[in-house]
Amino acid sequence: MPHEPITTLPLTVAVLLSVGRHPVTGRARRADQDARGLELALSMAAARIELVHAGPFDDACEVSMRGYLGMSAGHAGSGADSVTLVDQPSQADVVPALCRTLSESLAPQLVIAGERAEQGEGSGMLPYQLSESLGWPLVGGIVAVEGVEEGVATLLQALPRGQRRRLSVRLPVIVMVNATAMAPRQSAFGPARRGTLAVVEQPAVHDAAQDEWRVQPARKRPKRLKIVKATSARERFKAAAAKSDGGGGQIMKDVSPDEAAAAIHKLLKEEDVLR
Amino acid sequence: MTIPRRDPRRERIARNRCHPEHDVVLTEQEHDGASAAEWTGPNGLRRRDPRQVGFIGPNGIKRIDRSGAQQSATLGTRATRTTAAAATKRHVEIESPAFMVAVVPDMAGGRLSSHDRDLLGLARQLADADGNSPGAVLAIVMGPHKESQWGDAGVDRLMAFEDSAFDGYSPEARLAALEAVEREMAPRYWLLPDASTGGADLGRRLAARLGERPATGVWSIEPTSGTSTGWQCTARGGAGSLDIQRPLARIVLAVEECAEPVDETRHAARPLALSQPLPRLLGRIDDQGRVPVDPAGIALAEAEFILSAGNGVKDWEGFHHAARVLGATEGASRVVVDDGFMARDRQVGATGTWVTARVYVAVGISGAIQHLQGIQRCDKVVAINKDPDCDMIKRADLSVIGDAGDILSALVARVEQEREEQRDAA
Repeated sequence: MPHEPITTLPLTVAVLLSVGRHPVTGRARRADQDARGLELALSMAAARIELVHAGPFDDACEVSMRGYLGMSAGHAGSGADSVTLVDQPSQADVVPALCRTLSESLAPQLVIAGERAEQGEGSGMLPYQLSESLGWPLVGGIVAVEGVEEGVATLLQALPRGQRRRLSVRLPVIVMVNATAMAPRQSAFGPARRGTLAVVEQPAVHDAAQDEWRVQPARKRPKRLKIVKATSARERFKAAAAKSDGGGGQIMKDVSPDEAAAAIHKLLKEEDVLR
Repeated sequence: MTIPRRDPRRERIARNRCHPEHDVVLTEQEHDGASAAEWTGPNGLRRRDPRQVGFIGPNGIKRIDRSGAQQSATLGTRATRTTAAAATKRHVEIESPAFMVAVVPDMAGGRLSSHDRDLLGLARQLADADGNSPGAVLAIVMGPHKESQWGDAGVDRLMAFEDSAFDGYSPEARLAALEAVEREMAPRYWLLPDASTGGADLGRRLAARLGERPATGVWSIEPTSGTSTGWQCTARGGAGSLDIQRPLARIVLAVEECAEPVDETRHAARPLALSQPLPRLLGRIDDQGRVPVDPAGIALAEAEFILSAGNGVKDWEGFHHAARVLGATEGASRVVVDDGFMARDRQVGATGTWVTARVYVAVGISGAIQHLQGIQRCDKVVAINKDPDCDMIKRADLSVIGDAGDILSALVARVEQEREEQRDAA
């Protein structure tokens, strides 16, 4: 079979969208991480974008989907102005339906998802289950797609403390955006109204495990207490009257700048922050 | 049955401080386990010698410390013996565990983090629930580590994989190792930290591969009779807005402070290995290494190394140059931000950013309380200041008294010289 360059094929990017929840008012909105994912997709040049949402088609759903559609101004031809809405009842396992939609009708090479949903269980398992059932690799914590060449995507991954790492993955791949990815653009009213919602029917699978759960608003977690295991009155007193131990540091007085710099340099090297 | 025999002569000598053999008898009694200051009298009563307790205080007055922390010289050895006995923890050895509880700590920085220790405490709760058939806690470590106190953290079995396949970003290799453990040992529970340092990703991968539904964001577990596992858990859901009470799953991703870390016992931490070596696998994800990041672009709250300027800085060109050479993120106190020398987003402190740097170098900052609040979570603080009595010096791990400009330029010269030498050597 002759080798076919994949670069000639237009890259299809599917962005998985969810219904967000405003942390203060509790109103439905576009979810922050999914909006970042859409922003990531819009920043990629010459890509066809498929917006996919699976869940019940109600008012909250429409409000938040229009929030995403409002980001498509100037990208009208790319597919960002229409959402494929896989209609599912409210307590359904959406993974089989989503999996079928992605593999049969949309056939993307790159799937972008957020890390956690803002409503419901929010376990963050959906991309992992999709990756397992589609057999595609999954990469988390992505802040940018640097390029796609010959079927290999070069991705930039966020590490703790603002560090970055470069990865290359063979397509097709599922990526999860990090919270430090580029902030989503504002949602505009006109494109949000003009955008279309295309409802797709898929058989639903009821999630029976959730029936036995008890869900309530989160209460404040108890603060961890300092447990004092004293055997004598003296130790108990010392623990109760203990002040934070200050003054433990080394103080260098009357030293030349060179000696001072040497001491600081030694500490910086010990802590391994000089690169 | 042995009848306790008493030696009236020795008792008499022990009571008589003027007797020439008094000290000898006292030390003998101490060896027998009886205290010199307290003994059973001829009529079976407990007797105390007030002259034997206490010590002479600094003013020549006799003091009795009833806490037992300070004892007179004759009782000193005894006191240290009891405290040493208290300090040793109870050793626990589980020879044939009924089941395994597998814990995969994140090992950020090669050591057990506090989150990992909490998780091991949670694992101990699950393993020790039934006293007749205790389970064993199995810790699985991938890649090199520097941790030595596994037993104190509550680990019964330790499985350490030393392989170059686990370097860098290697979720596929790690998942394959966990799968091999699952095939060979089939632990009853899998516990992973629900943290962005690795456990959250690996745990979800494992759950998807094993086809299990994990309990994520778990923050407490309690025994119950209503579920098949005998445990139920409370987990955070919906971006922290919901508490979900559900039966405990086989794979548990627990958040920080999910349980108290192990404190009172020491466990065996016996090394364990798989019967077969791990299979080589062809990864589809290729790690191309770290990307150099402009330190000025890192958000102050997550910067690792901060060089912060205060009112004592006069040479601003030199300060910015030092930050560039050292590769540090710049911070500032409120005064210099108000004076317009630095941008508002660089302000450290209660009204600015609460920073979490590992190393924080405060140049010419005297340390207002608001500023000290902002640097509470920094590990190492270095202060460069002219005033030896300022509050920042009290907080700092290393303080240098002197002119900030001179010291910074000397530091820059030193770092540049070292880089030059490295380049020559290479």
